[in-house]
Amino acid sequence: MIEVRGVHKSFGHLEVLKGIDLTVAAGSVTVILGPSGSGKSTLLRVINHLEKVDRGHVRVDGELIGYRQHGTKLYELRERQILEQRRGIGFVFQTFNLFPHLTAVQNVTEAMRGPRDAVQRKALERLDRVGLADKAASYPRQLSGGQQQRVAIARALALDPKLVLFDEPTSALDPELVGEVLDVMRDLAKAGTTMIVVTHEIGFAREVADTIVFLDEGRLVEQGTPADVLDSPRQDRTRAFLSKVLV
Amino acid sequence: MTVLSSPPAAALAADEGDRLTVVPARHPWRWVATVIALVLVAQLLHGLITNPGWDWATFAGYFFEKSVMQALLVTLELTFLGAFLGFLGGLILAPMRLSKNRVLQSVSWFYIWIFRSVPLIVQLLFWANLGYLYETLQIGIPFGPGFWHFETKTLVSSFGAALLGLALHEAAYAAEIVRSGIVSVDQRQLEAAAALGIPRLRQFRRILLPQAMRAILPTAANELVNLLKSTSVVYVLAIGEIFYQVQVVYGRTGRVVPLLMVATVWYVILTAVLSVFQHYVERHFNRGWRR
Repeated sequence: MIEVRGVHKSFGHLEVLKGIDLTVAAGSVTVILGPSGSGKSTLLRVINHLEKVDRGHVRVDGELIGYRQHGTKLYELRERQILEQRRGIGFVFQTFNLFPHLTAVQNVTEAMRGPRDAVQRKALERLDRVGLADKAASYPRQLSGGQQQRVAIARALALDPKLVLFDEPTSALDPELVGEVLDVMRDLAKAGTTMIVVTHEIGFAREVADTIVFLDEGRLVEQGTPADVLDSPRQDRTRAFLSKVLV
Repeated sequence: MTVLSSPPAAALAADEGDRLTVVPARHPWRWVATVIALVLVAQLLHGLITNPGWDWATFAGYFFEKSVMQALLVTLELTFLGAFLGFLGGLILAPMRLSKNRVLQSVSWFYIWIFRSVPLIVQLLFWANLGYLYETLQIGIPFGPGFWHFETKTLVSSFGAALLGLALHEAAYAAEIVRSGIVSVDQRQLEAAAALGIPRLRQFRRILLPQAMRAILPTAANELVNLLKSTSVVYVLAIGEIFYQVQVVYGRTGRVVPLLMVATVWYVILTAVLSVFQHYVERHFNRGWRR
């Protein structure tokens, strides 16, 4: 279970998150919708401590992320401990961010630990799961955008994370390549992976999400089932956003 | 009645396409320039072969001579040890300069400023005369007690002084070369590595450096060739590298030009070898960027 409590975050004078509370059940899929600049990506990056919070906290399975509580104070953890925590939280970037000097399978094994054979076998199994076992020896540059993003998903899954965060995973793809990435994500959801997805793919949200969260100007405006939020939104801002997206 | 309209002219021309021959443009001035260049090259060769001043017999006699070979070895030692220590320094100074810590940043900046400012030959003379400044050196707590004492003269030989000078000088340039490589790597690469929980040092060694190498290598190879030639400057410390050695020989025999050619041709050969080496190393680090 993921708990986000009272999270505030500013960049300089710009307050991007203005007190976010969010609970995500284990094994569920949460889709975050919202206009650009609403703080969606920042919220995602706060969850694995790629961004520090100004106030509030995040817990994953009860464990505070990025901080250690002592009395009424939160002390930031050492970098080594934060890196260790991130191994339990997969992150898939909009721009894939594969390591270009490593092959697909080397990208997957890079952060893995354990005996060489076991690591190799598991990496190939993860590549197979995203349908790319035959591309294990290819370099990222030899793959299409959709294939690169699937390798990036395999790389995130290789560490057996408790939770996978997706930051607009299909926004940098050509339209005809979006489907293959969404298919992989759909399979993950069916397999019970806990996922938080920032996306503009409303169709995917409707079909796969257990909960849809609507964010605007750093506040959580509305949340509920896809039917609630997409078909009968209660807030004007949600309605205004959806009228622009659902053309 | 049907009227047959004639097809437009453009369509007719396109129709004839496969019956027309393509004639490339001629470049008469290119031929003129080629002839002039060949004449100049021929004159140069003629001068090299027929002018007795080059004294190729003496050149051949000394090219593989034992003292020259030993001096060549010293040149190579100075080059490779200097480059190794210099780039080791650069690998420390560059991350320091990119650090968030102001003190580390400033120290690195100051070092690079000073060692790029002082001419190598001046620096070498300073190191050789270190014993005049400090007769003994000690390791200990600043302004506090010392633990180990050394006689400067015994610690810093003239070869040591030369190597120290070259390495310190080289480190300043290497730092900037390494830094240019590091900043050329997309910052999102480190973010991806951090998201995967890869430890900091491993991020640097496995993710950042291999990618930075693509930008580092061409300039680093340039710097290595530069260093190879800069080793000739240490003749001021009377170290028997190849330039010093040929001076010793022509001081004795008076055959200046052929002996200068001995050193020159060796420098040219070593540079060629380094260039071939560079080609293969670059190819290694370009993997993943070729299609």
